[in-house]
Amino acid sequence: MPSTHAASTRLEKDAGKQPRALDLGFPFSLLCEVTFRCPLQCPYCSNPLGFAHALRDELDTAEWIRVLEEAAGLGVLQAHFSGGEPLLRKDLPEMIAAAHRFGLYANLSTGGTLLTSDLAHRLKEAGLGGFQLSIQDSRPESAEWAAGMRGSFAKKGEAARMARDAGLTLGINVVLHRQNLDRIEEIIALAESWGAERLELANSQYNGWALHNRRWLLPTRAQVERASEVASLAQERLRGKMEILFVIPDYYAAYPKACLHGWGRAFLTVSADGMVLPCQAAREITSLSFPNVREENLRDIWFHSAAFRRFRGTDWLPEPCQSCPRKEIDFGGCRCQAFLLTGDAGATDPACLLSPHHHRIEEALAEAETRETVSWSYRNPTESKRLSGVPCHPSAPSRAEPEPTP
Amino acid sequence: MDADLRAPRIASKASLRWDAVRQKPILLYPEGVLILNPSAEAILSLCDGRRPVSEIVSELASRYGGDPVALETDVWNFLQELLDRGLLLCPDPKEK
Repeated sequence: MPSTHAASTRLEKDAGKQPRALDLGFPFSLLCEVTFRCPLQCPYCSNPLGFAHALRDELDTAEWIRVLEEAAGLGVLQAHFSGGEPLLRKDLPEMIAAAHRFGLYANLSTGGTLLTSDLAHRLKEAGLGGFQLSIQDSRPESAEWAAGMRGSFAKKGEAARMARDAGLTLGINVVLHRQNLDRIEEIIALAESWGAERLELANSQYNGWALHNRRWLLPTRAQVERASEVASLAQERLRGKMEILFVIPDYYAAYPKACLHGWGRAFLTVSADGMVLPCQAAREITSLSFPNVREENLRDIWFHSAAFRRFRGTDWLPEPCQSCPRKEIDFGGCRCQAFLLTGDAGATDPACLLSPHHHRIEEALAEAETRETVSWSYRNPTESKRLSGVPCHPSAPSRAEPEPTP
Repeated sequence: MDADLRAPRIASKASLRWDAVRQKPILLYPEGVLILNPSAEAILSLCDGRRPVSEIVSELASRYGGDPVALETDVWNFLQELLDRGLLLCPDPKEK
């Protein structure tokens, strides 16, 4: 699934002048990673590198329904069903119906290759609101190369049609990177022709798989600048027809992003194996241990677990963040990125110009300006097992070979 | 204003609700949520697809008082933001 959940769920807390609803302490949004199984092998997947170790121990239907009920009681308003490929769960309509019954707005993020017309109608009847389809590129060859699955492009086109025919609201999500950024016009045109109401163009976030494959994914500055211009012209041209969100890579921003509006503040993720995380990438922070819904209820986890309290608020912030006027804006940036690039989850996000570790970002950007061919890894169980346990900083991967698709 | 004949309604992908945990009215949609203040809620609850904007404005003016011209500008600014984002639909009556 696209690795941009934080950016995609905008929390707009003031339609008018309101007290800051975020500070009331209740989460808004729950990401349900219902499985780590997936027929696609996208090299920027937001699942943890070691997902293969958590493939067998998925929460069952009753456990998910209990999680959804506890989430609703905790103030969650939206449930995003994602994966892996959530359509691999035969009980997905049942889970969506439960979310709907508890008053949650249900969204689905899917690769789409397994959708049938019958399933689309059953999801709609269960109360599904948003249907978000991921695409990899504008052309079949390059899209299927990135996805590591032959025939996936045409299946996605069919899925878009079936979702719309069933009355679902179609959004298209694209992870942008070095290999597809120059086709951004074609990608926008494709989303228009497939009838999307919303297009999310989010540059890859370099945690987990994307960090491992960073040399293959990180675009040049010229690519990013050109794509930003194209996106902003398209936003104007399509206003009221198709909403376009464009998220630049934080490597090219001066300050870090306000990751998830702050740790443990608005979002939580429940993973396929029941692990509860402030963000789906947080499993990579091996210096923290995360609670599990099989052992505790969601309310206790949210309010009392050490992992959720560790970086909540701003009291824990180190310098230069603690005295920075932006500390209530970005909360020190992304904890996962801080951990993966510095070894300390409590450090200032190196994406910030003021971080003492910012040279790590600058070195990667300098490397991105060189033209050499690099190798990279598909996201599949074989690579997952090979890579998990090794340091996450970009290492020399093997030559990328997709696993055969059944 | 010709546009005032159009009768806005909330798009089917969005849902106007009461949030029991936060004790506030909200508008939920696929990518997020708007927590509404009392005036935003008053406007949206009148967007039923039958009332034209002119009637929404006069209803609000009679409920809350204030300058109707300024009120109309405020209402339009709010509606236009939601229209741009596809959360509100405003079919042109002449197209039917």
